[in-house]
Amino acid sequence: MSADTLQGGFADAPREAARAFRACLDVMARPGTIAEVSGAVPPAPLSIGAGVILLTLCDPDTPVYLAGRMDSPEIRQWISFHAGAPITETRAEASFAFGTWEALLPLAEFPIGSAEYPDRSTTLVVALDRLEPDMGARISGPGIRDVARLPLPDTEAFQDNHLLYPQGLDFFFTAGARIAALPRSTKVEGV
Amino acid sequence: MTDYNFAYLDEQTKRMIRRAILKGMAIPGYQVPFASREMPMPYGWGTGGVQVSAAVLTPEDCFKVIDQGADDTTNAVSIRRFFEKTAGVAVTERTAEASVIQTRHRIPEEALREDQIIVYQVPIPEPLRFLEPRETETRKMHSLEEYGLMHVKLYEDIAQHGNIATAYAYPVKVEGRYVMDPSPIPKFDNPKLEMDAIQLFGAGREQRIYALPPHTKVVSLDFEDHPFDPSKADHPCAICGAEDSYLDEVITDDAGGRMFVCSDTDYCRGRVEAAAGAKAEDAA
Repeated sequence: MSADTLQGGFADAPREAARAFRACLDVMARPGTIAEVSGAVPPAPLSIGAGVILLTLCDPDTPVYLAGRMDSPEIRQWISFHAGAPITETRAEASFAFGTWEALLPLAEFPIGSAEYPDRSTTLVVALDRLEPDMGARISGPGIRDVARLPLPDTEAFQDNHLLYPQGLDFFFTAGARIAALPRSTKVEGV
Repeated sequence: MTDYNFAYLDEQTKRMIRRAILKGMAIPGYQVPFASREMPMPYGWGTGGVQVSAAVLTPEDCFKVIDQGADDTTNAVSIRRFFEKTAGVAVTERTAEASVIQTRHRIPEEALREDQIIVYQVPIPEPLRFLEPRETETRKMHSLEEYGLMHVKLYEDIAQHGNIATAYAYPVKVEGRYVMDPSPIPKFDNPKLEMDAIQLFGAGREQRIYALPPHTKVVSLDFEDHPFDPSKADHPCAICGAEDSYLDEVITDDAGGRMFVCSDTDYCRGRVEAAAGAKAEDAA
C-alpha cells in the first residue's frame, strides 16, 4: 500500500457526504443539470466527481466494477481503504460500475433489476472528457419541465435503456469535479 | 451536540438510504425497500420521514416540520428539535425560508420552489394494501401494471355513495406507470403533487422509500363521468378569510358551535400579518 492510498478521502465525512449527496440528488432529480462537487481526490484516472460519488454511495454492501483503465491497483486500494467496497470482476454482480463509455460497453451484462424489483440494477458512473451545460442530446421526462440538454456519449443505447422502463440502468456522468445524471425514466431524443 | 453523528444516523445507514432515494428518483412512484432503522420515536410518528430527512439534510439547510399543516403540534415540535440538536441545522416555521420541509399529511399552501425538498411521513405506502393484504401479490400487481382492483374500489364507492368517497390518501398514477399512495394528504392537496420541488416519501415501519422528481406527471385516478374533485369545506378561514386554503373544522363549544380555520398555520399567519401591515400603511 502506498502513502497515496491513505490520501484523498473526505476530511469531514458526515458533512461532506451530505453535501455531495445533495448534488447527486439534484442531478438525478433534474436530468440535464450539472453540479460541481468536491472533497475527494482519488488516484487518476478516477475523476474528483467519480471519487465523490463513490465515497458518498459505495460501501461494503455495494460491489463495484471497474472498467478498463479504472481497474488499477492504486484505485483498488484507494476504494478498499476509503469505502471498503468489494471490487467485482463480474458485471452481473455490480451495484456500481466506473469507467469510460467505451470501456463500459456492452451494457447488456449489467443487471437491470427485475419486474418486481426494478431498483436492483447497476448505477453506471461514466467518465466523460467534458460536461458543458445546455449542449448535446435533447432529453425529456420526469424532473424536466419541457426539454433539457445533456452531452451524452451515445443516443441509441440510452433510448434502448429507456424502453426497458421501469427496469433499466441509471447513469452518472463525470468530468473533473462536474457531475450530471440520466435516470432510466428520461427519454432521449438525439441531438 | 457532538455525542451523535451529524443528523443522528451513522454514515453506512445514510448511504443505504441515499441509494434507495436515488433509485426511487429514477423510478418515480415505485416503492424501494430499505433497511429501516429503529429511531428514538414510536412507529407512526414519522420514523420513515425522519430517516429520509437525516439522509438529505446538510449543515446549511433550514428545516421546517409540519403536522397536518401546523408547526406547533407535538410531533412537529419534537422532530424539529431532534434535528436542531443532532444536525445543528437552522429551523423555521416559514415555508418560504425552509430548504427542507418534513410533513405529516399536508402540502403547504404556498407553492414550493425548485430549491426546496419536501419529505412526507407515510404510514402505509402500498395503495393496494387494503384491497390485497399480501405483499407478494401487490408486488406482482405493480410489476404487471394490474390496477383494475383499484378502479373497482373507486367504482364501488360511486355505486354505494354516488361519488368517490375517498377523501385522503387518494391514489394517483405517476407518469402513466405506477399507482402511488400520496400519503394521507387530503385530496385537496393532490393537484399540488405536480410541483417544482423534489418530493420524497418515507415509510419507516413498512420499510419503503419512494420519490417524485420535479415536474413529474401525477394524475389522480377517476372516471370520465366522475372526474376527480379536490373538494374542500365551503367556508372562508375564520381567522384570515382565505377562500383558497384547506380548512380544519374546530368545535368551539358544547352547543354545536364550530369554526373553520386554515390548516396551514404559516399560511394563515402570513395572511394575517400582511393584512395588518396593509392596514398600518393605510393609517400612516
